[in-house]
Amino acid sequence: MLDPERIKNTATKLSFEDIQTKKVLSFKYKPNLKYAWDNGVAIGRYLAELKNGRIIGKRCNSCKRILVPPRLFCELCWRPTDEWEYLKDTGTILTFVVSHVNWDASRVKPGQRYHTPAVIELDGAGKDQGILHLINEIEPYDIRIGMRVQAVWKPPEERIGAITDIKYFKVIGG
Amino acid sequence: MGLRRVAIVGAGITKFYRYTQETPKELAYEAAKMALDSCGMTLKDIDCVVLGSAPDAFDGVHMKGEYLLDGAGGYKKPYMRHFVGGGTGVLSPIHGWFHVASGMFDTCLVVAEEKMSSAFPHPAGAFLTIFDHTTEQPLFPTLIWIFAIEMHRFMHRHGYTKEQIAQVAVKNKKNAIDHPSAQLPGEITVQDVLNSEVMAYPVNRLDISPTSDGAAAIVLAAEHVARRVTEKPVWIDGVGYCLDTAYWCNRDLYYPDYLEVAARNAYQMAGIKEPSKEIHVAEPYDPFTYKELHHMEGLMLCRRGESVKLLLDGVTQRDGNLPCSPSGGLLGVGNPIAAAGLMKIIEIFLQLRGEAGKRQVPGKPTCGLAQAWGDLMQVGTVVVMRI
Repeated sequence: MLDPERIKNTATKLSFEDIQTKKVLSFKYKPNLKYAWDNGVAIGRYLAELKNGRIIGKRCNSCKRILVPPRLFCELCWRPTDEWEYLKDTGTILTFVVSHVNWDASRVKPGQRYHTPAVIELDGAGKDQGILHLINEIEPYDIRIGMRVQAVWKPPEERIGAITDIKYFKVIGG
Repeated sequence: MGLRRVAIVGAGITKFYRYTQETPKELAYEAAKMALDSCGMTLKDIDCVVLGSAPDAFDGVHMKGEYLLDGAGGYKKPYMRHFVGGGTGVLSPIHGWFHVASGMFDTCLVVAEEKMSSAFPHPAGAFLTIFDHTTEQPLFPTLIWIFAIEMHRFMHRHGYTKEQIAQVAVKNKKNAIDHPSAQLPGEITVQDVLNSEVMAYPVNRLDISPTSDGAAAIVLAAEHVARRVTEKPVWIDGVGYCLDTAYWCNRDLYYPDYLEVAARNAYQMAGIKEPSKEIHVAEPYDPFTYKELHHMEGLMLCRRGESVKLLLDGVTQRDGNLPCSPSGGLLGVGNPIAAAGLMKIIEIFLQLRGEAGKRQVPGKPTCGLAQAWGDLMQVGTVVVMRI
């Protein structure tokens, strides 16, 4: 039997205000680190094709998936992947959310659009082969699992070779 | 297998709070010292120490294992840190089990600590860097997004509703009223859950466990030591752990295959053929309401698509046939990541010894299970215990 009284005395409760008002003293530090990631062979080609307005994957002839994002080896079959394959920029919503919070846990401000990220199964890639992206041009709470979507691209001159060269996916049916 | 039997012989745990004044080392010390005291041991009796703690970014301290060493009692002892995100706290006893079962050491002090409040205003921001830096981070994903994404898929495939799933929060927060460490215990209703702030549909605020500071610890011993220090050793009879790929968009999220693999390994080792009958009390990982149900299915404690029925029928209540999260779970007790998983191990330890006090499930359970989950929705860690 553990002693409840001892447990209660193991820690001292504070609040955020206690820190902000300096009831307890603290030292604050904001790291300012910057990174530039080399993207390797497979993702490098993926980004280059996004700049061209195309989605490319890499086929695994063993499990028959087209891997998106592409990789040089199939993590399931543990073998080198095979041909490069262009995919259509259409797909199906496997699941999505309507997020009222931002990445840092702050809240979406009144009047701004809620975030609507989704897992989108790209046509031809294979069952459950999805990518993470955003849905737009539809009221967030009107989105449904199973809807058909298509990529909306930035104009060519604005593309930089990034996943954000696709602005979002819009609903085209279903 | 040529492995030695290993028992849990002692346990310690701190109070969980959103903000604590104590440092990570101080919290680790409190839990570790309590665990040793609970079985009449001192640090001199400990052959090795293992430590579980989640992302370094919470503390802003790299080499967190080394930083925590003093508090965990690891000074000048064989010492190792492990980390698999939210799955860490149940990998902790597995890591310690290896050390003792192998014959290398007779005793192991297992410590799990998390202080999430150092990252402010909210540690959620520290999670951005767990996502793929090129293909996902530019979309500014959050953990709440991806768990809501998984919950929605789980609901869609089985036809579960938010009202049904909310019952997990009602049950676990109520159970937590009797837990001395608890951060967010309380009597709430399904309506309270549905009326709480929408974080990311389908997840409301009360569907989520809090962020927490806290620590927990256990003492493991080989059989000849265990029988000497306690009359009620709790044996680690089965362990399993497994990771799926980090390409989390390339699988159907409605079912955790990797958890089934981990569970099968643990059951095979423990000689369990029908988990739903042979497991008397369970602590499935519940950082979100739906996760307890998702994990019951992955652990094969029920069939796929059946977990909500068990919940609504009261089967998973403390006095039901298969009590789940009698501790109060992460939803009620709190979620200092690694320490929360070890809290679940400690709950089963106390339940099997009949020392859970007001939380004690009836029927003198002799076999229990604790489980955790994490990383990019890709790891399952499972421990089966018997008395």
